[in-house]
Amino acid sequence: MKIVYNGEMDSRLCKEVIGATIAEIVDNDPNTIYLDADLMSCDGTLKWGKANPTRAIDCGIAEANMAGVAAGLCVAGFRPIMHTFGPFASRRCYDQIFLSGGYAKNDITVIGTDPGVTATMNGGTHMPFEDVALYNVLPHSTIIDVSDPNCLISVLKQCVYRPGIKYIRVGRKKLAKIYEDGAELEIGKAVTLREGTDAVVFAAGIMLHEAMKAAASLEKQGISVAVVDCFTIKPIDADAVAEWAGKTGAVVVAENANRHGGLYDTILEVLGERCPVPAACVAVEDEFGEVGTQDYLQERFGLTAQHIEEQLKAVIARKK
Amino acid sequence: MELKEKKALQAFAVRIRMAALEAIHSIGSGHIGGAMSIADVLAVLYGREMKYRPEDPKWADRDKLVVSKGHAGPSVYGTLALKGFFPYEELKTLNKGGTRLPSHCDRNKTPGIDVTTGSLGQGASQAAGLALGDKLKGRKNRVFLIVGDGESNEGQCWESFMFASAKQLGNLVVMIDWNKRQLDGYTDEVLPMGDFVAKMKAFGFDTVKVDGSDVEAIAKALEATRKGGVKPYAIILDTVKGHGIADVENTEMNHSMPVNDEKYNKWMGELKAELAALEE
Repeated sequence: MKIVYNGEMDSRLCKEVIGATIAEIVDNDPNTIYLDADLMSCDGTLKWGKANPTRAIDCGIAEANMAGVAAGLCVAGFRPIMHTFGPFASRRCYDQIFLSGGYAKNDITVIGTDPGVTATMNGGTHMPFEDVALYNVLPHSTIIDVSDPNCLISVLKQCVYRPGIKYIRVGRKKLAKIYEDGAELEIGKAVTLREGTDAVVFAAGIMLHEAMKAAASLEKQGISVAVVDCFTIKPIDADAVAEWAGKTGAVVVAENANRHGGLYDTILEVLGERCPVPAACVAVEDEFGEVGTQDYLQERFGLTAQHIEEQLKAVIARKK
Repeated sequence: MELKEKKALQAFAVRIRMAALEAIHSIGSGHIGGAMSIADVLAVLYGREMKYRPEDPKWADRDKLVVSKGHAGPSVYGTLALKGFFPYEELKTLNKGGTRLPSHCDRNKTPGIDVTTGSLGQGASQAAGLALGDKLKGRKNRVFLIVGDGESNEGQCWESFMFASAKQLGNLVVMIDWNKRQLDGYTDEVLPMGDFVAKMKAFGFDTVKVDGSDVEAIAKALEATRKGGVKPYAIILDTVKGHGIADVENTEMNHSMPVNDEKYNKWMGELKAELAALEE
């Protein structure tokens, strides 16, 4: 698989990619089915869904029921994919996903769109910084923070056939292009986007682009930084984490989520157990969201390349 | 209904109560009130209405039962044991470490349990999803759902009822165990639910209310759901929490009660006498 990152955005909206991929999966396998809570026009499935009302079930604005219906469909022999915005795909139906889904061994794929600051104009009520933490403590779950459109396609197709609850957080707008078209990413395997010797950034989702910018800037300053795509937050690729932490001796984790309970905590666990080195994070400092443009919000919550660069310098300075 | 069949169903209901009592006594206490109030409907479902195969509990075309008031597990287990899904003696493992019979119904543990329930309201949505899925798969079965009246405090129940009606799930039969009591006391005092018949009709259900202790009335109401159609069915079961054991019925707070040897012997004696009268 080729990494084609050059700092440019992929031409596709993720919304279009989500819609087309779901239609492809469901059209090709009669045992799959799609569920939404009145947000099909937001993830690109509306036109297809209206033409296929027995394949795309609009459950109305009732996320808890949607999660239960998805579980019931599993019992009847289906593999459901359900979508709503991130906060409603996590907080709003957590007990239903947890019990009717996970506990009852009903394997549901949950797509939560607009994670973290990508919720922009919908503001703090719609801005999940906690979704990763919630899904992290759901036993046997899989958590994906999508890094680019080709990652999304590859991962979504695998998730449908993977046991347990799968939570995919992905924005609906454009992401930087990282992987070649047709790329296949293996769930649970981190991807090294850039090698380095002085420090490593483990990043996910929109923070990959920021991490790559930070690494490029530091290179000009004579500092060599590796960047690793941890699109699978759970199960974390502990071997890759330990290997890069060992090679570089300094770690920064960058995530578009609360610093508690997400990728940072997950990586600290690996470091603590396998490779204790100085570490820091660029994440939301235990705050609620608010309204604004994505640029404003990334600045407001400290989720920029500049912040990563500062943390990298600080963590390198702590190396023995 | 022939008198013989009626008596047989009544006897089955008494046997279910005995089995549930056996299970609860074995661990010393349990959700006896709500287990007793659904014994009659369980007897009609498993004694007459449902198609199932004890030797093949996952048979895809079976009728399914979702007991959303999952704490009524002991009655359901009693029913399943009496129908041969697992040995009767296993009832005495209720809630013991490693058991296949946990206090709340679990589809991954107990042969014959179709859906995992316990967090109230969740069985209702799962039943709707199951009915939709069976319909989409072209199966000719029905999905039966038992919801508690206290449980219906949960908004999720009403979300699922709207959904069932919107998706025209004529293969879904919702039975509300209207036993008038919940954990903290009478439902009219805790959170009054008003007129269930009017509510279910307003939610688009083909609705009837029957005496939930009258097996013949229950059978008639269930029989009417065989024709399917585009409306889901609701049967409001007018029941008494603890029904069938006078001391339990007469205990106001009977959601969960201790059952010591003395009570067990007295109540089992009463149930045995009732059974003998029905079977003589």
